[in-house]
Amino acid sequence: MKRRSLLSLTAGASLLAGGCAATKTPPATAATDAVQGTGDIGVVIERAAGALTLVNTSRREAIGRVQGLGDLSHASVVFSRDARYAFVFGRDGGLTRVDMLQQRITHRVMQAGNSIGGAISADGRLVVAQNYQPGGIKVFDAATLELLADVPATMPGGERSRVVGLADLPQHRFIYSLFDAEAICIADCSNPRQPRITTLQGIGRQPYDALLSPNGRHYIAGLFGEDGLAMVDLWEEQPRARRILGGYGRGEKPLPVYKMPHLRGWAMAGGRAFLPAIGRHEVLVVDTSTWAEVGRIPVAGQPVFVMARPDGRQVWVNFSVPDYNRVQVIDTVSQRVVQTIEPGKAVLHMEFTPRGESVWISCRDDNRVQVYDTHTRELQASLAVDAPSGIFFTARAQRMGF
Amino acid sequence: MNRTAILAISLTLTAAAAGAQTTAAPAPERTAQLVRMVRQDCGSCHGMQLTGGLGPALTREALVAKPPEYLAAVITHGIPGTPMPPWSALLTPGEAQWIAQQLANGFPEERKQSR
Repeated sequence: MKRRSLLSLTAGASLLAGGCAATKTPPATAATDAVQGTGDIGVVIERAAGALTLVNTSRREAIGRVQGLGDLSHASVVFSRDARYAFVFGRDGGLTRVDMLQQRITHRVMQAGNSIGGAISADGRLVVAQNYQPGGIKVFDAATLELLADVPATMPGGERSRVVGLADLPQHRFIYSLFDAEAICIADCSNPRQPRITTLQGIGRQPYDALLSPNGRHYIAGLFGEDGLAMVDLWEEQPRARRILGGYGRGEKPLPVYKMPHLRGWAMAGGRAFLPAIGRHEVLVVDTSTWAEVGRIPVAGQPVFVMARPDGRQVWVNFSVPDYNRVQVIDTVSQRVVQTIEPGKAVLHMEFTPRGESVWISCRDDNRVQVYDTHTRELQASLAVDAPSGIFFTARAQRMGF
Repeated sequence: MNRTAILAISLTLTAAAAGAQTTAAPAPERTAQLVRMVRQDCGSCHGMQLTGGLGPALTREALVAKPPEYLAAVITHGIPGTPMPPWSALLTPGEAQWIAQQLANGFPEERKQSR
């Protein structure tokens, strides 16, 4: 941090001294040389190196790299509403604010022992982290990363629960689920130093992740401990959790789940929600007006991400080990798998460009990010990135629940 | 390496004595794959540094009270009622034992692959 500001000072000084002479510009300031927007940029997590590769989705190339973010073996990112800053939540509890234009870290705090992700308020002022250890959420000032509130996820016995499925709601509220406590909590942070918590109890066993519908109305938590999902209609006067898709396994012996599915990054399209089954190699299809199951689509393995292209015409699915060399494309009209592609070894994540004409796919064990045309499914670009995992584009800044 | 080799041999002997089937210690190429698998795939729940996540920490300190035989059984059969799955479809008993022993000793780092 200090060294970087010194560097940029030095760079400024040498520019002054040398006029327009082409001095060696340090990487930290290279990006500020040209005026640029941020609507077509994003970050790729290098999970082993603890770094971010910055990418441009129009040119389909890497434009920079930021290092020193700690253990990013499970990392997620949210963006400031001006889409200039990335907030990176690392496995080791590190929360880092990265200026993507200047390609440098502006703030970094170690806020927990073990963290799983975060969210940002609609006005961009509050960043909230969800933590496994110590179990709870923490509220930060997005501009300074000053800690505003520490909200433990305490269970009746006094022990703390791991927190999953955090999402932002309107009016400085955040919703999350407690893996160990069969509960969903809503934190009203209108006074961010003293959040008020509403807890919905008995929502089902072991919620493992959750999603918020694009309009912010429905919050759906997947349950690991039983067949079914918990759904909350947030437009109701007194929101309550109800069970949907109860007993979708129909008592059959579940297959081993080698990796927990992720629900964030909704797959809702044409009045249907597409959800990963747990312990079954299927994508479940739900009618979002009745919340009844209307179909299930056999797929190539345990689904991890089930993501709708922004227009909702396609749903792309990736899988857990040992089936993670494949990605399948579901046509949402016919509700069938229309193509299986093999982008590379150990596909961990997919991210659509804002209008969905391309999808970027991280292949951890090939050290590659592959870019496909979603219409033709032809490879458009291939980028070398060290053990890539999560890919996050700035269009997320404009979406609730992302 | 020496210590690993000795361990592997003693494990093989133990297994032979116990009359277990397919408990042979894995070959070196396979052990490299197993190290990667534990760091990367087990790491999605236990953390790449094995410091825990949805699953508990698997560092040597965290596992002091857990005998390797117990760890091998957990790897093979999983823990019902928790997200820990049985890995028997992907690992032989000998591989599970090898991983368990490495965890008890402090798990090796992955050697960086050339690109």
